Amino acid sequence: MQISRRTLLGATAAIIPLAAAPRARATDSVIKIGVLNDQSGPYRDVSGLNSVACVKQAIQDFGASSKGFSVEVLSADHQNKPDVGAGIARQWFDRDGVDMIIDVPTSSVGLAVASVCREKNRAYINVGAGTAELTGKQCAPTTIHWAYDTWMLAHSTGGATVKAGGDSWYFLTADYVFGHDLERQTSGFVTAAGGKVLGSSTYPFPSTTDFSSYLLQAQATGAKVLGLANAGADTVNSIKQAHEFGLTSKMRIAALLMFITDVHALGLETGQGLVLTESFYWNLNAKTRALSMRIKEKTPNNMPNMVQAGCYAGSLHYMKAVADMGVAAAKASGAATIARMKAMPTEDDAFGTCHIREDGRVLVPAYLFEVKTPAESKEPWDYYKLLITTPGDQAFRPLKDGNCPLIPA
Amino acid sequence: MRGTNSSQAVAFAVLIALVIVSPSVLYPVFVMKVLCFALFAAAFNLLIGYVGLLSFGHAAFFGLGAYVTAWTAKTWGLTPEIAILLGGISGAALGTVFGWLAIRRQGLYFAMITLALAQMVYFFCVEAPFTGGEDGIQQVPRGKLFGALSLANDMAIYWVVAVIFLIGFFLLNRTVHSPFGQVMKAIRENEPRATSLGYRTDSYKLIAFILSTFIAGIAGGTKSLVFGIATLTDVHWSMSGEVVLMTLLGGLGTIFGPVMGALVVTAMENYLAPFGAWVTVTQGLIFIACVLAFRRGIVGEIAARLKLAL
Amino acid sequence: MFSIFGVPAPLLFGQLLLGLINGGFYAMLSLGLAVIFGMLNIINFAHGAMFMMGAFVAWMLLNYLGVNYWFALILTPLIVGLFGVVLEKTVISRLYKLDHLYGLLLTFGLALVIEGLFRNEYGSSGMPYQIPTLLSGAVNLGFMFLPVYRGWVIVAALVVCLATWGLIEKTKLGSLLRAATENPALVQAFGVNVPRLVTLTFAGGVALAAFAGVLAAPIYSVNPNMGSNFINTVFAVVVIGGMGSIFGAIVSGFGLGVIEGLTKVFYPQASDTVIFVVMVLVLLTRPAGLFGKAA
Repeated sequence: MQISRRTLLGATAAIIPLAAAPRARATDSVIKIGVLNDQSGPYRDVSGLNSVACVKQAIQDFGASSKGFSVEVLSADHQNKPDVGAGIARQWFDRDGVDMIIDVPTSSVGLAVASVCREKNRAYINVGAGTAELTGKQCAPTTIHWAYDTWMLAHSTGGATVKAGGDSWYFLTADYVFGHDLERQTSGFVTAAGGKVLGSSTYPFPSTTDFSSYLLQAQATGAKVLGLANAGADTVNSIKQAHEFGLTSKMRIAALLMFITDVHALGLETGQGLVLTESFYWNLNAKTRALSMRIKEKTPNNMPNMVQAGCYAGSLHYMKAVADMGVAAAKASGAATIARMKAMPTEDDAFGTCHIREDGRVLVPAYLFEVKTPAESKEPWDYYKLLITTPGDQAFRPLKDGNCPLIPA
Repeated sequence: MRGTNSSQAVAFAVLIALVIVSPSVLYPVFVMKVLCFALFAAAFNLLIGYVGLLSFGHAAFFGLGAYVTAWTAKTWGLTPEIAILLGGISGAALGTVFGWLAIRRQGLYFAMITLALAQMVYFFCVEAPFTGGEDGIQQVPRGKLFGALSLANDMAIYWVVAVIFLIGFFLLNRTVHSPFGQVMKAIRENEPRATSLGYRTDSYKLIAFILSTFIAGIAGGTKSLVFGIATLTDVHWSMSGEVVLMTLLGGLGTIFGPVMGALVVTAMENYLAPFGAWVTVTQGLIFIACVLAFRRGIVGEIAARLKLAL
Repeated sequence: MFSIFGVPAPLLFGQLLLGLINGGFYAMLSLGLAVIFGMLNIINFAHGAMFMMGAFVAWMLLNYLGVNYWFALILTPLIVGLFGVVLEKTVISRLYKLDHLYGLLLTFGLALVIEGLFRNEYGSSGMPYQIPTLLSGAVNLGFMFLPVYRGWVIVAALVVCLATWGLIEKTKLGSLLRAATENPALVQAFGVNVPRLVTLTFAGGVALAAFAGVLAAPIYSVNPNMGSNFINTVFAVVVIGGMGSIFGAIVSGFGLGVIEGLTKVFYPQASDTVIFVVMVLVLLTRPAGLFGKAA
């Protein structure tokens, strides 16, 4: 009998730490925001802990306590896996009493978390994922999509490149949903503008580091533009290698998704002259400068990009809606909170005043930037020259083309 | 139960009690995840712990099971029990082919062949249209058990998962303690001797392989219904690595080791998630500690201290 | 301009050359693995992490101490080799009496720890490392535009591989090594310090990986994941060449680089997988690999 008791004790001892884990009950006056993003993989620098810092900055700037409630922030790493992301979201809602999830880069994870939020009726502000499906066929009454999407990138960067004479394209595409989406949408704009797509190489993601073979194939077609339908470290690598193989003397590179953090990794020597689209730049105006300096105190090695700025703006606007409708009502229904957010114009230091469309799309302006030469750059992170501004109502896919089921046809 | 001793009987009783009690103490979805991985690890342990074959490609069967279950449940609207069974059968079908190829080689080469074959399955899952590529198969309905009982509620599906786990676990345990299991152990200890005694060792190994892959497919299929999603994570080689970690940490060749390993690894991933890359660092340190300090694993060490067979 | 299977010949030649360059990296990495396996009987899963450390040490030397590429090429293998000595003395040496499986698992754990620590510290979007001025620019070969640096990679890889092969097959030290692999007790009885020989072998294998890391730094961005991207492929290369066979590692390294390069033209999505197809075929027909001795 002694034996069995020991076995029993051993087994229960292993369980106790789990049972003792905090089973927080959300009290009435506390709002919980969950920042779910990549904190260890290829998009760590694009979102990661800097996004968390931006959400905290928003809470500080908003001053929730003076409005009668307090805000807590949770964060987790979804490792770019849809199952991990959906699992964390479920647990946050069921057990930790989280009221809103923000950021969620990587399209597949962004979509998976969107369906959990819809099922559990909790607010969801996606900033980091690219796919335009979030406001298209898979739109939901609980979803808002903030800073950018694949349609906007293809339209802005792709469209501008064709206008500048780049009428024949070769695509270098990461073999996953986001890459295919970006390639398809950009091809659409290229052919609509009278250009031609001469071919594409679809490479294995995420394990490819050597792009030289695809670059040679691109060169052999004689295309004028090399379209990079990829992101993060892949984009940085393919640009570096394009320089190495002398492609840049004959071809123009269109990096369809690139953030200021990528330009920082690439260096101006290699990056100069690239054209890219972001909806935020720290040095755009007095307000963005002041905001970025406030954030930089929290993240000394980084300047916010559009995703991180979107996390700031999104959580700020969310808290305004909560204050407006009351904490109890906000906690009761994510869809109601999102509806209230859509009814109010956004107003923040990062994107200015914008409107949120019925399908959840935030109509931020899209800026086409050119990367400065080392000689033009006057201070650290002084990287961009503004070329073209597309106003928010023209920067995104027209409402009727998205086939969002929320919109009566 | 024949072949088991009293301490194992007590441990079984404790296990069943825990399976019944834990969802009221712990978060049920978490417990279901542990049960699915525990079943997967137990299936893997059948090969490494009792036949001495290290398969480095078990994610292929787990993942294929998950995809087939998710696809048939979503597209054909099959009831959950049939979808899960189909997941297991497809795992076993793939296992028959892979096993037939791989058992001709031993030790490291066996591990390498299974790894290589699993990489091909991964490639197939990336490219094949039905798997949904990187998105995976999302929004899989949990359906109605036997077409009648809705499983949408977490506690409803919990009991189904618990029953599947216990049946699979008892089946594996029964195999280990059967005469068939004795021959498997003989092969592990000394294959030429088993051959010279007249056993067709290749057939034994193949049957063990197919059984293991069948259960792995069931585990994958069950997990895909619980979470409503089947993705590339389930077929990636790091999943094969994870099941090795669970089994090693719990104790190779022990009955309860894989369950303990699955519990600890899943809990760790859950509770360390807020700390970013420290998950990988901690996992790595556990690997190192296991190899250097306690090669018998948690359950193996406990059993050795208490002089029990668990 | 003529074409082969519908692919213009110049493009094909270019791809072959690129395949050789990648093959150079495979050869150097699998060489280190083969040397370590032959002598220590350890499958070093942490080899990719050592490769990554090589690139990072070169980056740190440049950015913190101002040491340029050429000195880094010599210093980095020494530094990482020293790290290898510490690893071998503290951890790896405890594995020699155990099954292969444990070596694989322990080094897998090491790789996770090392990569995790670098990722925590440096993120994963990669650090830039400029090509040294002496090797920048490109030459026009007629059929392609070959960056000078890539040419240098082939030359350096070939020299290093041949030197290692020569060291092991043609020198006194090499013969001691081979003898100690066959029968450590006897070699010890002749008054040779076998444990030290083992430590040096491990350090040497690791230093090879670090050297490859420095060579890779200017081509790929210096990135905590750069090693794990390579490691599975390199394992396949070693298995195909025959575990522990030095010559096999070199030949199959270059050979598979070329096969992979050609796949990238005809079916790029499968370029990761083709090596595993080859591996299964080889293992099913020649159990000990192309150049390995049957066990």
